[in-house]
Amino acid sequence: MENFIYVYIFMLAAFTGYEVISRVPVILHTPLMSGSNFVHGVVLVGAMVALGNADPNDPLQLAIGFFAVFLGAANAAGGYVVTERMLAMFKLNKN
Amino acid sequence: MTALIQTSYFVVAVLFILGLKAMASPVTAKRGIVWAGIGMVLATAITFATPGMQNFVLMIVAIVLGGGVAWYLGRVVKMTDMPQMVAIYNGMGGGAAAAIAALEFARGHVHGVVVTTLAVLGALIGSVAFSGSCIAFAKLQGIMKKAWRLPAQNAANLVLALVVLGLAIKLVMAGAASETGATGVVLDTTSLLAFFLISLLLGVVLTAPIGGADMPVVISLLNAFTGLAVGLEGYVLGNPALIIAGIVVGASGTLLTQLMSKSMNRPITNIIFAPITGEAQAG
Repeated sequence: MENFIYVYIFMLAAFTGYEVISRVPVILHTPLMSGSNFVHGVVLVGAMVALGNADPNDPLQLAIGFFAVFLGAANAAGGYVVTERMLAMFKLNKN
Repeated sequence: MTALIQTSYFVVAVLFILGLKAMASPVTAKRGIVWAGIGMVLATAITFATPGMQNFVLMIVAIVLGGGVAWYLGRVVKMTDMPQMVAIYNGMGGGAAAAIAALEFARGHVHGVVVTTLAVLGALIGSVAFSGSCIAFAKLQGIMKKAWRLPAQNAANLVLALVVLGLAIKLVMAGAASETGATGVVLDTTSLLAFFLISLLLGVVLTAPIGGADMPVVISLLNAFTGLAVGLEGYVLGNPALIIAGIVVGASGTLLTQLMSKSMNRPITNIIFAPITGEAQAG
């Protein structure tokens, strides 16, 4: 049963994602792509948990974990900056 | 996982969904990214409180390095170079998801048919998103100017896909055997390494023949891929924040890809497969 709850979460999250985006104007396509790129930067959290549970005496595990956290942090930080700059420009153009 | 962490992840999921919803409308778009940003800071901060974690020094160094470099480059890059920045940051997310899977395999922490299948699937999709996004970046940055294809592109794609599928089945069988304690297929480092390398190669051969003008749609598709990979690895780690954010992005990214290709007046299958099948490019 517990596994099945995850199936429901998957299903409801997929519908939410679909619903959230419907009827978006063409001009917002690129900023929205960038924004959702930022949101999956939450992979950083998973990378932190994975590195946190890695064996401190195994250099291979530490290296992969470091790589994961590094990439995840870059995804989150970079995604935010890029989206914010895009939206700032978008507002300027409108005025 | 403590109640405080659970509650925080719940709030994070709500902030992400509200943020994305706000970003879908011109009036509220600017505050949407701020909400999502608050969610991200909260998620990162509370994760440090997860019980039983180690390697904090390494973790903080990685966050400061990765986050710092990406933040700086995102600030200084020219406005016209933005699309390739989205591509490379997206690829990094996919790479992180694949690396999480690799680490869980290295720890010997992946057992059972369901968990192994989702870990393998996430690793494959994440790797394709990583290498594909790197190619997309190289094309838009002008490092890779010509559409590049193999002499027998179709056959090569098919062979690579079949090899990856075979390795994936082997990994899943090993994961299933490790749960029941049955001796049979054993998880060996060679096939694990081969699986990751060929997944990466698959991302390259799928993206390389596609022309620069179609790249935004491809980046959007790879963005959806990364979301899906993040959601799948979230299940492997048992982390609801990753599952919800990942699957929401996977679904919204897929729809967004369709909308983008529609506004370009070209079906998505034409963009992805036309360079491979050699069918009409017009439209």
